[in-house]
Amino acid sequence: MNTFPVGAAFALSLGAYTAGAFASLASWRKPAVARHICCGAALAGSALGGLAALLGILQGTPFHWSVPSGIPLFAYSFSYDALGGFFNLILAILTIAVSIYSLGYLKAFEGRRSIGIFGFLFHLLLLSLTIVFTAANAFLFLIGWEVMALASYGLVAFYHEQKESRQAGLLYIIMAHADVGCLLLGFALLIQGSGSAEFASFHTAAAHLSSTHQSAAFVLFFLGFGIKAGVIPFHIWLPAAHPVAPSNMSALLSGIVIKTGIYGMTRIFLDSLGGVPSWAGLAVLIVGVVSAVLGVLYALMEHDLKRLLAYHSIENIGIILMGLGAALIFRVAGHPTLAAVALIAAMFHTLNHAIFKCLLFLGAGSVLHSTGTRNMEEMGGLIRPMPVTAFCFLIGAVAISGLPPLNGFVSEWLTYQALLTGFGAIAGLTRILFPLAGSMLALTGALAAACFVKAFAITFLALPRGAESRNAHEAPRTMLIGMGWLTLACAALGLGVTWFLPVFDAMTEQLLGERVAAHLVTGHGLVLSAGMRTSGTVSPFVIAVGLLVLMLPAALLVAIGVRRFGRKRGPVWDCGLPGLSEENEYTATAFSKALRMIFSVLYKPRREIQAVFDVSPYFPKEIRFESEIEPTFEKRLYAPLQEFLFRVSSRMRTIQAGSIHAYLAYIFVTLVLLLLFGVRK
Amino acid sequence: MIEVLINSTLQLVLLLLVAPLVSGTIKTLKARLQMRRGPGVLQPYRDILKLLRKGMVIPETASWIFSAAPYMVFGTATLVGLMIPMTTTHAPFSLFGGVLAVVYLLALGRFFLALGGLDSGSSFGGLGSSREMTISAIAEPAMMLAIFTVALGANSTNLSEMAKVAVGQSWRFLAPSQMLAFAALFIVLIAETGRIPVDNPATHLELTMIHEAMILEYSGPYLALIEWGASIKQLVLMTLLVNTFFPFGLSSEWTLQTIGVGLAFYLAKLLMLACMIVLIETTNAKLRLFRVPELLMVAFILGALALISTFLF
Repeated sequence: MNTFPVGAAFALSLGAYTAGAFASLASWRKPAVARHICCGAALAGSALGGLAALLGILQGTPFHWSVPSGIPLFAYSFSYDALGGFFNLILAILTIAVSIYSLGYLKAFEGRRSIGIFGFLFHLLLLSLTIVFTAANAFLFLIGWEVMALASYGLVAFYHEQKESRQAGLLYIIMAHADVGCLLLGFALLIQGSGSAEFASFHTAAAHLSSTHQSAAFVLFFLGFGIKAGVIPFHIWLPAAHPVAPSNMSALLSGIVIKTGIYGMTRIFLDSLGGVPSWAGLAVLIVGVVSAVLGVLYALMEHDLKRLLAYHSIENIGIILMGLGAALIFRVAGHPTLAAVALIAAMFHTLNHAIFKCLLFLGAGSVLHSTGTRNMEEMGGLIRPMPVTAFCFLIGAVAISGLPPLNGFVSEWLTYQALLTGFGAIAGLTRILFPLAGSMLALTGALAAACFVKAFAITFLALPRGAESRNAHEAPRTMLIGMGWLTLACAALGLGVTWFLPVFDAMTEQLLGERVAAHLVTGHGLVLSAGMRTSGTVSPFVIAVGLLVLMLPAALLVAIGVRRFGRKRGPVWDCGLPGLSEENEYTATAFSKALRMIFSVLYKPRREIQAVFDVSPYFPKEIRFESEIEPTFEKRLYAPLQEFLFRVSSRMRTIQAGSIHAYLAYIFVTLVLLLLFGVRK
Repeated sequence: MIEVLINSTLQLVLLLLVAPLVSGTIKTLKARLQMRRGPGVLQPYRDILKLLRKGMVIPETASWIFSAAPYMVFGTATLVGLMIPMTTTHAPFSLFGGVLAVVYLLALGRFFLALGGLDSGSSFGGLGSSREMTISAIAEPAMMLAIFTVALGANSTNLSEMAKVAVGQSWRFLAPSQMLAFAALFIVLIAETGRIPVDNPATHLELTMIHEAMILEYSGPYLALIEWGASIKQLVLMTLLVNTFFPFGLSSEWTLQTIGVGLAFYLAKLLMLACMIVLIETTNAKLRLFRVPELLMVAFILGALALISTFLF
């Protein structure tokens, strides 16, 4: 088949990002021009990238392009296949939204911050992401990976005058290098086996790997990609880094950059490595469960809106890993069809999470833009000044809570079905883990719903809690269009899932040799079915229509009642004490109090109440309340690690005395040793 | 097509009419057991009719979310009702959503009701919403484990399929896994429908209320919708319990006769379950809020044991 259109659109989108990077840097003196160039180039590049992705996925034949570089093992090889194409599609959907949104959002930067530098970093990030998703050479992949980490670092530390941003940036870059270290070692293992750094050569090489090497490669890649994806316990950088970036970039960081970890795992475990050890799938599944449950539990305790969203990214990565882990287990057990369903669940959730998380971060960005605070306790009542933002955020909240009929529900439903099928398909004691994982997914979903009731209600409902929220205003139109696009995507991917499923066919065929989308659709193309063993079915479309139809008579009853007996607005019941104010409202901290007490083993909450009394102890004049939870992972895992590193480095300092003679001697000794080593070979 | 339409209409009518009757029966039985006369089984109908003919007061602070919540509660409860087999194994909407859709649709209704509770800005609403979301979150894994036990036995999450499998083996409930799963789901039913010992539907004391606190600001037709929706939700959960574990009287054929027999059996089974609830409500005191998670933990462990025993036997 003719792959020229795909290649052309792909090359043009790379060109647009490159041009965008340098053009916005060049026009740094004229902020308004830079803003338009930056957003325009991103929009053009992502539209072209999206086109390439759609064409590539629909055609099904991978497009290869390779230019030798003259350096051994390194070549500029790109491969545009179904898996990479799918992630490029996600990137395009998000970037279209973010670039339109940024047109309005960046206006506030004019005269205050350099839009040129911002645009450069933004386009560099897009370029590197595209390279990561299409690179077919391990070193090209790693270069893309590193550029992505550096561009993200620049964006995380963009508000560099704030200490919080600098610290988050530092933590981010340290973790990014820990992960690239693991990847380098992993690739070294594969390259040693195949003698080439091309992904295509890993297939055959991996088949000859000894089981120890295979396990080692799995662990290294899982660590490397897991750190990037933010799985627990390697998550600590994520809630620090994502909230401090500019909100439009937080949306991309949480939407797609962490998904590169998922891409890497899928690429290596299902494609390059060919097979993984049989315990690998279980490890992925268990890590997924832990990340999902702990992620949402930590999210519940946050009252910083963007940190809350960042913790939910950890949760959703966990849900994705449950599907991916199930796919790995089924594949090793010899059930490619079931593996395909599980893989579709994981990949669909990757897409869905990208969309609603991007939407929610953009919504949080609008709120931040309008009120200047990330602290939910100072918000409230924003649904009145910002009705459109509130509506978009609500749709995102319903979707991320996995509630029907939106997209989050559909992919969680598929994950449940994949897990339930596992019980029947897998022999032995491990199969008991599948329904248990399913029940933990249920816990995660219900806690997420609780968390988003809090996030939406405290931010947008009732009375404003601070002066900023009282004077809030709706976001500019471009920002609303960006959010509206993603809101539509949430609804379309939920209601129209049966029409979207064929997109996965090429990918499952490439990775597992199965096309299952047709088996997953029944009932005149309206009903999603779980395929083989479990005959579960669901139809988000009929659910949506059914809800509307059933609400109609209810609305009629209410309308008749209101018409005959009236409806009026009145004050809220205040227990007879006049003057109910925003101070009487429930707060985010109060909302999560019950869960804080129930899960106190995990949180180890600490609180401090100071009251100043005037005359009687029953009428305090002033109360100070402080509450915090113990950051368990930081305190128990990373603090000792840091201490150990510092101790080692202070020991090392003795050999680093600052004398140039000593350094020359070190170099000489090293050289001699290396030569000896070389000669002996 | 015609059959589905008739079936849906029948089930819808049944759902709307029987739900308040079940609430009324529980109230009356409870009163009788406590040596009171009680309000009579028809009282919930009178309440709904009265509320529909009342003027409505909406809090000044509330937004459109406050008004959307009653519709969502009512809509999700009735839609879920159409997915559950009641008198025969043919649930009209079983193709469009199985047991997972049921659980998640009920969660959708709860999500909006909790938002509605917070929307007025009253502390009571926030308190109710917080407690409701907390307890339902803890109840969810137990509920799913128990449901999975049954679903794995039937190899399906489709409720009609599950009922068909159950009909084939009417005495299956004597198996240990089924009994354990039933016990787990029964505890969840108590928690989800806000009954003693988890919540007290008859109180308006701020220290104890959950559901009632959330809907404190609602009045008139909106309150009617919420109350009606809540009773339908209760009926749906009770139906799930009686029809998946005790499929007596369910027929996989769909004729006038089987529907009649099915209806008689169905009402009898509901009455039995109502008696169980009444007994529990009368002999227990309401638990402290922070003891409720322990009860739900028991349900979770029962669910896990049920699952493990399917594996063993």
